[in-house]
Amino acid sequence: MVSEWLVVTAVVISALSGVPGLLSPRQGPARERLFTGAMTVAAVCAAVAALVALFGGTSQELSAPWPVPGGQLAIRVDAISAMFVLQIALLAGLGAWYGLAYWPQRDHPRDGRKLRVFYGAVTAGMLLLVVARNGILFLAGWEVMAASAFVLVSTEDHLPAVRDTGYLYILSTRAGTLCLFAMFALLGAAGSSAGAGADLHMDRWPAALSSPLGDAIFVLGLCGFGLKAGAMPLHVWLPSAHANAPSHVSAVMSGVLIKTGIYGLVRLTSLAPSPPAWWGYALVAVGILSGVLGVWFAIGQHDLKRLLAYHSVENIGIIFLGLGVAVLGRSLGRSDLVVLGLAGSLLHVWNHGLFKGLLFLAAGAVVHATGTRQIDRLGGLSRRMPRTSLLFLVGAVAICGLPPLNGLVSELFVYLGLFRAATSHDGMWLAGALGAPALALVGALAVACFVKVFGAVFLGEPRSADGANAHDPERPMLVPMAILAAGCAFVGLGAPVVSMALDVVVAAWIGPGARSAPALSSMAPVVWISATSAGLLVVIVLLTWWLVRRARSTAAEPAVGTWDCGYAAPSARMQYTSSSFAERLIALLAFVLRPSVHPPKLEGLFPESGSFHSHVPDTVLDRVLVPSFRLAARLLGRLRPIQHGKLHLYLLYIFGTLIVLLLWR
Amino acid sequence: MPAVEPLLVLILMLNFLLLGTSRLRTAINTSAFQGAVLGGLTVLVHGGFAVRPILVGLATIAIKGVLIPLMLHRALRDAAIRREIEPYVSSVVSLLLGAVATGASVLYADRLPLAPQHRGSLLVPAALATVLVGFLILTSRRKAITQVVGYLVLENGIFMMGLTLHDAMPYLVEIGVLLDLLVAIFVIGIVMNHINREFASLDVTHLEQLKEE
Repeated sequence: MVSEWLVVTAVVISALSGVPGLLSPRQGPARERLFTGAMTVAAVCAAVAALVALFGGTSQELSAPWPVPGGQLAIRVDAISAMFVLQIALLAGLGAWYGLAYWPQRDHPRDGRKLRVFYGAVTAGMLLLVVARNGILFLAGWEVMAASAFVLVSTEDHLPAVRDTGYLYILSTRAGTLCLFAMFALLGAAGSSAGAGADLHMDRWPAALSSPLGDAIFVLGLCGFGLKAGAMPLHVWLPSAHANAPSHVSAVMSGVLIKTGIYGLVRLTSLAPSPPAWWGYALVAVGILSGVLGVWFAIGQHDLKRLLAYHSVENIGIIFLGLGVAVLGRSLGRSDLVVLGLAGSLLHVWNHGLFKGLLFLAAGAVVHATGTRQIDRLGGLSRRMPRTSLLFLVGAVAICGLPPLNGLVSELFVYLGLFRAATSHDGMWLAGALGAPALALVGALAVACFVKVFGAVFLGEPRSADGANAHDPERPMLVPMAILAAGCAFVGLGAPVVSMALDVVVAAWIGPGARSAPALSSMAPVVWISATSAGLLVVIVLLTWWLVRRARSTAAEPAVGTWDCGYAAPSARMQYTSSSFAERLIALLAFVLRPSVHPPKLEGLFPESGSFHSHVPDTVLDRVLVPSFRLAARLLGRLRPIQHGKLHLYLLYIFGTLIVLLLWR
Repeated sequence: MPAVEPLLVLILMLNFLLLGTSRLRTAINTSAFQGAVLGGLTVLVHGGFAVRPILVGLATIAIKGVLIPLMLHRALRDAAIRREIEPYVSSVVSLLLGAVATGASVLYADRLPLAPQHRGSLLVPAALATVLVGFLILTSRRKAITQVVGYLVLENGIFMMGLTLHDAMPYLVEIGVLLDLLVAIFVIGIVMNHINREFASLDVTHLEQLKEE
């Protein structure tokens, strides 16, 4: 009961947090502080609720009648909800603090209030939907979240690019919601025909999911939730939305908002008593596609935030892989696969929130200091923004799945699950045999991509005047990043503690009826992970200390060498750019990525100066969706004559339809 | 329900008055009167003097009988027009069509699978006839204000149809419909203001110019 009431409090406070700012005409900072304070209170409430639900044991459903057909105000914070609530609380709370310095009212009198009101609303919507126990209540939270996110994405709606992004986002989210409407309708129909009543309470879903309509429900859920999560063919809205939103909004969107899609799928699969094996194969297939193509598209990007957004697609792929393994385990009765797959998947949800939140906030600090997101205009920022660059490095190491940080832990769980699937004899070896190499490929490409980003943005020399006067941001921006970095380190070093929490969540996913699953620590070397990570961390710290000392003690090298290896007058243009670094990898997969390259025309012995330009558009959006929409517009254009603008005839159409319907039969 | 039938007849007669008149002021007042009669009808059909039917009835009278007509009269004053000239269908033909529609509704209602308590009652035929008359006004008049009146009559018909469901339909839905209507009229009022300012007239045929090429 305690955690339910706390979450309700958090929902109410965060929903109202931006409202006082609307009522006052003054521009003073007091309203922003009030907003940040309210968001902090809401975040603390939600976080306490989640911790109580995770470690305190029992949870009890809170319900009230709701005069909406099929609806009920039913709320419960079980372990699965608690994981997501904790993450939402962390990122939304930190994002609000970050926003104090990143998007202050005095610099943004036009859109600051709007941003804060809908930032609170998006948080409230997310919190509501992950604790809702009723389909209609879930949809209500979902829509509040989706609609508020539209306003947040189009915060700077005076820019045409931002408006386009907003339209693309709202179209995608409507399409996803349409799938969910159909899914809930089927859930209700199948539930009532299975004798469980048309009420959309989650207790009735298992009956619907094991009925013949279960497969259709799953496919609709995969589309609807997959669209929100940004899984590969459905990711079209994600890159530009993450790139164009303010950075703390990007952090919340990438860190938690897209995870609500994952939550939906986790919840749906947890309620299916015996899912068919192809559900698992489908999830694994989507995971492989998302993971590999997501990271590959990321390598081709020149926009820092767009690049990070494609990494979200990649990480969603890893999460899908883990979930697929868990569903396979459930359908084939292998509880070890369930534990490893689900723990890997859910821990990666957590981890991705931590390190991607950190990376987006750090990218925001870069944008804030330099005014550009173009990687090829930046360079040499590690000397001007040492703290930001260190934090970005932490996030980059974490997202690549390198020790000693958190990415390693969750990816290791997924690997172990895939290995076990690959060595099993009951037909699912293919999933493991394809999934494990794909995951390895993803990891390697992610390293390549972040070497590119870190090298181009933080090392070397500035490529333009944009970054020349950059400096570290103020404390409200730095502290949230530091907290997230500490979170990355905590999950890496404290793997045994985390695995205990994951055991609780896995038990909730399996459900009370089944036999209890083996503990995660009995299958994965969690103690070894944390011991190795700790040892590695000590080595890194010592090595850094030694290097710094040596660098200080040795005298400065002479500025000019004897013959300079030909580099007598180095310029910033001689550095690797992001496109030159990525060129070889992009060329490998050019048949999918379809990079557009505009080389200069060089003729004669002394050609005129030219310019080189290349970019990697989104294949699904620019080569599939846009052309097919154009075609549809051309074909449907033939129906234009009935759209003549005569109001009376329009009404007559309706009148005629009505008469026809009345006389039908 | 002794007093219900006379009220229904009154509503049908008001339909004909609406079809026959060309004065906008009369049209607005007639639709307002029809709305107010509906409010009384709500209380009578729901039977007895319980609190909630009376509240719904009062809300109906307040919104349909007072608030919306006031808004329309204001729009009328701003636009400075009085008469509907040259409708697509003349008032005599309109009256004839209205009579046909009413007769057809009575005949048609017999074929509907109605609940036993509505069989033989005038409620369903009157509702159908009012819907059809609303459509007739909507499609055959030129001025935006008459169109709004047509919309109101149409909505009155739907409201009457809803009365047959008073056991199944929660009051929330009726209140919701009333609020929707109010908002719709509000929006239409704003739109009319814009039409008037743009074209210096309230003739909706001008709206053809808004068509996208």
